[in-house]
Amino acid sequence: METRVIGKSVPRKEGREKVTGRALYVDDLSFPGMLHGVTVRSPAARGRIRAIHFADGIPWHEFIVVTAQDIPGKNCIALLIEDQPCLAAEFVNHPEEPVVLLAHHDKYLLEEARRAVRIEIEPLPAIFSIEDSLAGKEIIWGRDNIFKSFYVEKGDVERAWAGAEFVVEGSYETGAQEQLYIEPQGMIAQVNETDGVTVWGSLQCPHYIHKALMILFGLPRERVRVVQTETGGGFGGKEEYPSMIAAHAALLARKAGRPVKIIYDRAEDMVATTKRHPSRTRHRTAVTRDGKLLAMDIDFTLDGGAYETLSPVVLSRGTIHAAGPYACPNVRICSRAVATNAPPHGAFRGFGAPQSVFALERHLDRVAEAVGIAPEELRRRNFIREGQTLAVGQVVKEKVDMNGLMERAFELSGYYAKRRKFAAENSAARGTIRRGIGFASFLHGAGFTGSGEEYLASEVAMEAMADGTVHILAGSTEMGQGTNTIFAQIAAEALRLDCEQIRIVQPDTAYVPNSGPTVASRTAMIVGKLVEAAAVRLLGTLHDSGLLQRGYSAEDFSRACGAHIAKCGALKSFVKYEHPHDLHWDDQKYSGDAYGAYAWAVYVAEVSVDTRTAEVRVEDFVAVQEVGKVINPVLAAGQIEGGVAQGIGFALYENVVWQEGRMVNAQMTNYVMPTSVDLPLIRVYFEEIPYGRGPAGAKGIGELPLDGTAPAIANAIAFATGVDVRQIPITAEALLEMLEAVHAG
Amino acid sequence: MRAYLPAYEMETPRDLTAALLRMAREPGVWRAFAGGTDLMVLLEAGKLPHRKFLNIWNLGELRGIAVTAEHLTMGALTTYAEVQRHEILAREFPLLCRAAAETGSVATQNRGTLGGNIANASPAADSPPALIVYGAEIEIASTGGARWVPYASFHTGYKIMNLQAGELIRAIRLARWRGASWKQYFRKVGARRAQAISKICFAGAGRVAAGRIAEVRIALGSVAPTVLRAERVEELLRGQRPDDAAMLLAAQDALGAEIAPIDDMRSTGRYRRNVARNLLAEFLEVLAS
Amino acid sequence: MPAEAARKIRVSCVVNGTAVTCEAYPMARLLDVLREELKLTGTKEGCGEGECGACAIEMDGALVNSCLVPALQAEGAKIRTIEGVACGGALHAVQQAFITHGGAQCGICTPGMILAAVNLLARYPQPNDAQIRDGLSGNLCRCTGYMKIFESVVAAVRDAETRA
Repeated sequence: METRVIGKSVPRKEGREKVTGRALYVDDLSFPGMLHGVTVRSPAARGRIRAIHFADGIPWHEFIVVTAQDIPGKNCIALLIEDQPCLAAEFVNHPEEPVVLLAHHDKYLLEEARRAVRIEIEPLPAIFSIEDSLAGKEIIWGRDNIFKSFYVEKGDVERAWAGAEFVVEGSYETGAQEQLYIEPQGMIAQVNETDGVTVWGSLQCPHYIHKALMILFGLPRERVRVVQTETGGGFGGKEEYPSMIAAHAALLARKAGRPVKIIYDRAEDMVATTKRHPSRTRHRTAVTRDGKLLAMDIDFTLDGGAYETLSPVVLSRGTIHAAGPYACPNVRICSRAVATNAPPHGAFRGFGAPQSVFALERHLDRVAEAVGIAPEELRRRNFIREGQTLAVGQVVKEKVDMNGLMERAFELSGYYAKRRKFAAENSAARGTIRRGIGFASFLHGAGFTGSGEEYLASEVAMEAMADGTVHILAGSTEMGQGTNTIFAQIAAEALRLDCEQIRIVQPDTAYVPNSGPTVASRTAMIVGKLVEAAAVRLLGTLHDSGLLQRGYSAEDFSRACGAHIAKCGALKSFVKYEHPHDLHWDDQKYSGDAYGAYAWAVYVAEVSVDTRTAEVRVEDFVAVQEVGKVINPVLAAGQIEGGVAQGIGFALYENVVWQEGRMVNAQMTNYVMPTSVDLPLIRVYFEEIPYGRGPAGAKGIGELPLDGTAPAIANAIAFATGVDVRQIPITAEALLEMLEAVHAG
Repeated sequence: MRAYLPAYEMETPRDLTAALLRMAREPGVWRAFAGGTDLMVLLEAGKLPHRKFLNIWNLGELRGIAVTAEHLTMGALTTYAEVQRHEILAREFPLLCRAAAETGSVATQNRGTLGGNIANASPAADSPPALIVYGAEIEIASTGGARWVPYASFHTGYKIMNLQAGELIRAIRLARWRGASWKQYFRKVGARRAQAISKICFAGAGRVAAGRIAEVRIALGSVAPTVLRAERVEELLRGQRPDDAAMLLAAQDALGAEIAPIDDMRSTGRYRRNVARNLLAEFLEVLAS
Repeated sequence: MPAEAARKIRVSCVVNGTAVTCEAYPMARLLDVLREELKLTGTKEGCGEGECGACAIEMDGALVNSCLVPALQAEGAKIRTIEGVACGGALHAVQQAFITHGGAQCGICTPGMILAAVNLLARYPQPNDAQIRDGLSGNLCRCTGYMKIFESVVAAVRDAETRA
């Protein structure tokens, strides 16, 4: 399909503002009479609030002080359920849980005041590990600490063990990971009689915040307004958490009768906001002598922290992705998300899949080793093909050639030759550097799972102006991934205009419809399709009115818009998501068509390991993926490159150090992400098999790179050193000990 | 930014004499503030205990690198960027240049100073091991005059140093390195390649004559409350062949015993000890080459 | 009331070619003086500890993290922020390259990154790969994996060569 604008690297819509420093992020805004706000947090992991002490020496009468008693509606941050308090009232359940809010015009005095509030807590026993939670050492949530569990069954795994030539078991763990957007979280709120509650801030999902504030304040829809400011990275960390900080700013603003701005500094952001769910996965795999998978028994557990937040959905995605792009006749997946007394874990790009895919891809390398075949051969013999069924029972209806992707990735990375070369060099044991190359093969479903998109019922509106500019009104947010630009491209393509003629309206719940959250790799594929449909409908209106002929020019279009508006008052279109009839999902059995489409990928990582220091360096990285259609090559490559960098961090650099439920290395000095000298060239390649329901055939790609990067690196390290990696992050400290054990053994 | 700013004072003294007078008049009250790369981080975290600072950044008496036939003397305000740019430092004192290049990043190197770094006395600092190997001397000024202290005895305990209230580090002096036949080795191990606080830092220099180690100096960072000169290891190595495997083992054991690395949020004592041993082996390979 | 000792001082310096005077506590961060007193919000705070480089500016020609410079030390300095990189309406080659080659995604690291790149090119007009990586190693980017930032800098160098 020939396209004019789609498929081109159209420059970022808001690029000029960003490179000149004119883009306005929340902390760049200031309102007349604005106060600053801060949050006073629990020092204990769990306990009963006995008293709140305000020390002498602070002019407390000048301050706005808010506690749970000031909440007009329900004291909760409403999300899937309403278990998480906005402000702790009687009990605290995690360190840094918000208890008191303060506002003042002097932000330095405000910090003095924050230090002067002491929250006295009668401690209760707390739990901090998945093991303790499952054992019910303390029941800290619900009846049994379990937020959610799933059970997926395909075939009958129990029958497979007896006949299997090989049964391989393994346990794998992943740690928490901080999203580390470079712009910390922040909100400005204003509450008055005329408008109700309005918040501006750094966020991904304006309508999530809108719903949460309605419930917190007991206000109807039209009395709450949420506006997205330029957002400096999100990665899921600004999916649900902003509702909390918006609630806090709004409560202060309501009491103060003035606007209030809350900006977290980095330390607070790290210690108090969400992280990727730590995980533990157990695999038991039956395989034939020829390396055909007979059964996969998978047990998958996530640590959800103290409140439910999004854990059921993270668990869902992790569960569905746990068995990978393989055709296996018998699969069982038992999964659960459990409570611990840590700040709730939350959305982070990949959303459960990076955890379960790490376990699977590492495990399959070990299975191959047990069978005595090469890891790629094991994959080759089991890659799923069109017409076969994934673990949750979805019949693959798209063309997929995982083997082709794998061979291409191997060619581009020099996999075979390097594997031979490194094996020879490593066994010669000259020098202290060991080199390795490893891969991961995986898939990532785009859009909300199962009936999720139907439930979201996303909407997009479009409006043409008299001068021919076309406005896109959607709740989807730009946070660097390129939403604004690809929406403009999609609309421009459908309308046969230039991108310059398309304007993306700032996401503002007063003006834009709810297009669903900007998460789940759905923005291009699902919402982009709605943008396309809205454009087609708008065009249809013009054609039907006889104002526009075929083969029109941009000037014709503008004239037609002007004429239509003069006659009818406005030129708008509105579309709502329609769930494809042939996608069926059973929520009870947790089976069926989990996603409308998948992106498919094979990533290859080359590493060098300095055995003297156990420092690991990624020397080369090749990422090959089939994505339907690349709407904007520069933006799409940028997504994969950035995602791989985050995956490298997940595998090697990013280690949250916990002490009684609190992150103690909450500084960028001590929680490290890769710098420009730590990363290799990240080489990205796309293949395109258009997906009929995506705009121009596009599928989703935002989260994909987080799934395969860490296991590829882990497999490469295993190859380089003989160390059986089971856990990420792979710290130098842990690796050095494992190297010594291998050397000794 | 958590500090209560109205509680902090900073003044710019006219010259070094004025600065020293101010400090003498209220000993322990006024602290020198150079590039701020350590102190401002504490301030922002709300953890800077001192309240009164003297801005010495513009004091010319503390700047400049003077070279004579005998010595190279760097003013206390010499930045890491200036260290790297200096021709003679690059030629004769490569370990110090390496340390400077691996401290922080470009922006930190433009503001971080040798004097400030010494006075901050972090056991994890990168330049101190190099300064130890080069036998640096520190000039300390006060209203009472100036005195020279061997850097090796400057730090006496964790954040405890041979610097009285009212005193200021004025310069760092290195004896010109006659060590053309010396081999030098520097390695900093951190969590990443740039902008990393060292988990362990090793600086070594040795002269091999007739196949044996004639002279050797070894210093390490991040393995003790202060920078550490591994004197017992040096003793063991003197007179030995650098490729003697049995000797290496003994030296490694001695090093393991001489250092006192701890577990902290960045690393473990066990890792630091094992890596120290390995870096010693690497250093000896350099000597043997 | 907590003990107050410092009064605000007047700091005079040149910012983006314009002489300015403002009032600030002596140990206020230059970052805050730029953003709040001078309303130059292009310079960003990412970490407040001198690690991320989002606050990077040029001070007397040297790249520094403005979150680590106390206001008093800015007295008499010649400062350039992101707002001073473009020349009138014309973007600097680095800025244009960032737009064309995808060097900016979310944009929050971009002002500091561009200052670092511009400063790098002033010191090394034809930097090799290692020098580019090294010159930018104090600027953290969470979005790009640095790839398109490098490509942008390389393109800007190439562009300057063609123009020269």
